[in-house]
Amino acid sequence: MRKRMSPMSRDGKKNGFSVIGKPLPRIDGPAKCAGDTRYADDIVMPRMLFSRLLRSPHPHALIHGVSVRRALELPGVHAVITGEDVPTKFGIMPSTQDEEALAVDKVRYVGDPVAAVAAVSEDVAEEALRLIDVDYQVLAPILSIEGALEAEDHRIHAWNRRANIQKAVSFEFGEVDAGFEAADEIFEGTYFFQGNTHLPMEQYCALATYTPDGKLTLWSSTQTPHYVHRALSRVLDLPMGHIRVIATPVGGGFGGKSDPFSHEIAVAKLAMITGRPVKITLNREESFYVHRGRHPVKMWMRTGVKRDGTLTGMWFRSFLDGGGYSSYGLATVYYTGALQTVTYDLPAYKFEGVRVFTNKPPCGPKRGHGTPQPRFAMEVQLDEIADKLGLDPVELRLKQVVEPNTVTVNGLRVSTIGLRECIEKVAASSGWKEKHRLLPPGHGVGFAASSYISGAGLPIYWNDMPHSGVQLRADRGGGVTVFCGSTEIGQGSDSILAFAVAEELGLRPEDVRVVTADTDLTPVDLGSYSSRVTVMTGNAAIQACGNLRERLFEVASEVLEVPADDLEMEDGRVRSRSLPDRGLAFAECVERAETRFGTLGATGSYRPPRHPGDYKGAGVGPTPAYSYSAAVVELHCDSDTGEIRIDKVWIAHDCGRAFNPLWVQGQVEGSVYMALGEVLMEEQIFRKSGVHKIPSILEYKSPTTLETPPIETILVETDDPEGPFGAKEAGQGPLLPVIPAVSNAVYDAVGVRIHEIPVTPDKILRALDQRLKDPTVPSFEFPTPIRWAPGQGVEVPQKS
Amino acid sequence: MSSENLSSETIAGKRLLRLLVNGESHEVACRVTHSLLEVLREEMGLTGTKHGCELGECGTCTVLVDGQPVYSCLMLAVEAEGPEITTVEGLAQGGRPHPLQRAFSDLSAAQCGYCIPGILLAAKALLDKQPDPARADIEEALSGNLCRCTGYTKIIEAVEQAVAQTNEPHE
Ligand code: FES
Ligand code: FES
Repeated sequence: MRKRMSPMSRDGKKNGFSVIGKPLPRIDGPAKCAGDTRYADDIVMPRMLFSRLLRSPHPHALIHGVSVRRALELPGVHAVITGEDVPTKFGIMPSTQDEEALAVDKVRYVGDPVAAVAAVSEDVAEEALRLIDVDYQVLAPILSIEGALEAEDHRIHAWNRRANIQKAVSFEFGEVDAGFEAADEIFEGTYFFQGNTHLPMEQYCALATYTPDGKLTLWSSTQTPHYVHRALSRVLDLPMGHIRVIATPVGGGFGGKSDPFSHEIAVAKLAMITGRPVKITLNREESFYVHRGRHPVKMWMRTGVKRDGTLTGMWFRSFLDGGGYSSYGLATVYYTGALQTVTYDLPAYKFEGVRVFTNKPPCGPKRGHGTPQPRFAMEVQLDEIADKLGLDPVELRLKQVVEPNTVTVNGLRVSTIGLRECIEKVAASSGWKEKHRLLPPGHGVGFAASSYISGAGLPIYWNDMPHSGVQLRADRGGGVTVFCGSTEIGQGSDSILAFAVAEELGLRPEDVRVVTADTDLTPVDLGSYSSRVTVMTGNAAIQACGNLRERLFEVASEVLEVPADDLEMEDGRVRSRSLPDRGLAFAECVERAETRFGTLGATGSYRPPRHPGDYKGAGVGPTPAYSYSAAVVELHCDSDTGEIRIDKVWIAHDCGRAFNPLWVQGQVEGSVYMALGEVLMEEQIFRKSGVHKIPSILEYKSPTTLETPPIETILVETDDPEGPFGAKEAGQGPLLPVIPAVSNAVYDAVGVRIHEIPVTPDKILRALDQRLKDPTVPSFEFPTPIRWAPGQGVEVPQKS
Repeated sequence: MSSENLSSETIAGKRLLRLLVNGESHEVACRVTHSLLEVLREEMGLTGTKHGCELGECGTCTVLVDGQPVYSCLMLAVEAEGPEITTVEGLAQGGRPHPLQRAFSDLSAAQCGYCIPGILLAAKALLDKQPDPARADIEEALSGNLCRCTGYTKIIEAVEQAVAQTNEPHE
């Protein structure tokens, strides 16, 4: 008896698509399972040198001098560079370029790079680091949000207006005082989300060559080759046209490989100096310093509600611990306040946020970028509100889900929204009604919902060009190659391109070749961040296919003697819809088209639609389409030990049309897993001296197979008009609801509210003893809010 | 297998070793301080074996030594003379992927793919010992291999699918 489920037979033809929506395998699976995929550190070149970085042992210090003489004398050392060799500042956001490849006169965290060596082996390079003498003047470190706000005459950076404040923002949408006046009850709470890191299994790695023709090539484990390209040009003072950046397949990114980094610039400069290939692979400890992970955020939130649970107003404050540099922080601080409005109707909303510098490794974007922290606060507070009002937390949300085609109070346009269905389905399949408040002591269920963007509406540097471009080439043999700057980080972006093109041209995905993430060969795609890739590259690919198809149909229509609008592409053929036996093989059609038009190629590009918000700061939050998620977590919690065991997670995700259900499930499962790590155990924490407490995989705990529970994934399909084939994002959003759902389930199980992430056994025990204090938030005078309401075009200049 | 040492002489910190990898015998000059991981990747070009920590903490570098899963970053190459070593490059037989490789690929269980070589080998060690493992056995056998992408869900399903395919009667 044959029980094997072949991938094709799981679903069959659906929605009239030939490959979209089916559980077909990714195109990179065979190579990845054969160990054949070439990651950055797998590349070896003749005459290659190895680099290591000298990193600061101090969290905060001035550099009075660096002597590399002894290191240069070590046999096998070919070059040593310091901050003076690469002094130009850079950074991912154009307005906060405050990083140096190698510190020039100051170090700002333990691990800040100071010098770089190129030598014949890693061992020699490592030895050379010990021969570099740095004259430090140690300064008092600033290690907390409160410390940063209080230290008014002790600055980490000189460029910012107010000491140690990178950015402070304040908005009021609608009349929030009136909202609170209209409320029957006001709820307030404070929350703390501890920082954590991406911990990709692949360490950071880059390799550079500088050839005699004056051209620089960098291979790097990066999510954003285009931004690395720009940064290299700026810092090395080379024209972009002389630099080629190739993103190798990334062994896990999750946002941690989205900045241009010191080690990339260092090997490029060392290759220019030595004329030899130079490679650097960071060790695991260094990967904890480089990271750009989840910001620690302290939060305060006030919500007004009617007795029936209807929201009347919300005021949210966030305090972000940014670490030593800006990185993506400008966007992060806005993101902590942007998406509160897109899940439930909110008539008035006030948001104040501030990001401070501290002497710790800089934080940046991690899966969900700036939104998991506020979502945790909000969904826990809503659970408390439901509890106090005697309402079911699921019902409380269902009564005020945002309607499709709404503009929210802060000017965000919601097109499709499958949140209601997500909530209903996850409640039904988890047996919520039979379990909530009804399970035996120690057992509990918790619920939460959330939303995320499918790509940012605006690019990181201001321009009106496409966010994503695709080129197609069709050759005489019928082969098709798709070229796109998008970067495969494990999310499946190469497969998205192959499947989109196969669907549009009636080919099999395995007949489409994909060339990606190479700035010499591929049109710009902005990078693998903000869950933008499927929507943006998918749309660009569809447009390119349309352009190619026009030419193919023109010749096919003549050959087949049918009108072009009667033609379709299916099964490797161009054929008539009305007379299906009248057709032409794709390859033959390409030959005829090349004969007629010359070399065949086509391009397509994508830019997100304009958005309604027009106030300063409105650039963060808009997206082509919001995804939605809802989760129920069932767990048991031992009240003697405080230990939590997750029994099961049910998650429903509105992914637009499921581009490929297997891949979407994979993204959802990975998001749930990563959320469980964050809520139960992962934390990036530091000693009073500013040294990382646990920069190793052994001590930085993350879930193994034994801590990962069964995950039941429900896909809710909404067919979004802006998404390619209706698809929305799936890679980040499903992380969001799981974190608050765990905290809410702990309350259901043992009756204590934990307002802090991670929810560890010691916190549960202290809470059971009534010894766990609520998190504190600092006092801070935020700027006067920018006031805005939909339809009002005001722009108030704001300084921070 | 013969484990006769070629020479015990160490020249410039290196020794000539004969390693039996994926059924082939290789003579390589290695630093006595280098791990099996380093020698496989850097001296033998077998870059399918990955590294995530080089400290025995992540399982990414797992290979089989006489059928047992071993963190190759924790084993010195000089200790690896004699036994049969299997890396991911040795899983396919006669150009045909191993059932585990096929199942992982069919279910799109490899996302970034970086942990996958190590996980495939840990899974193979389990199936060679226990052809019909329960889910708990699979979880136990893979608990020394971290994956940050998949939540292990598709990975465990893929092992189960490989088991089902291997155990089904041939037609
Ligand atoms: S590389 Fe991590 S265990 Fe060997
Ligand atoms: S697939 Fe990326 S770490 Fe496992």
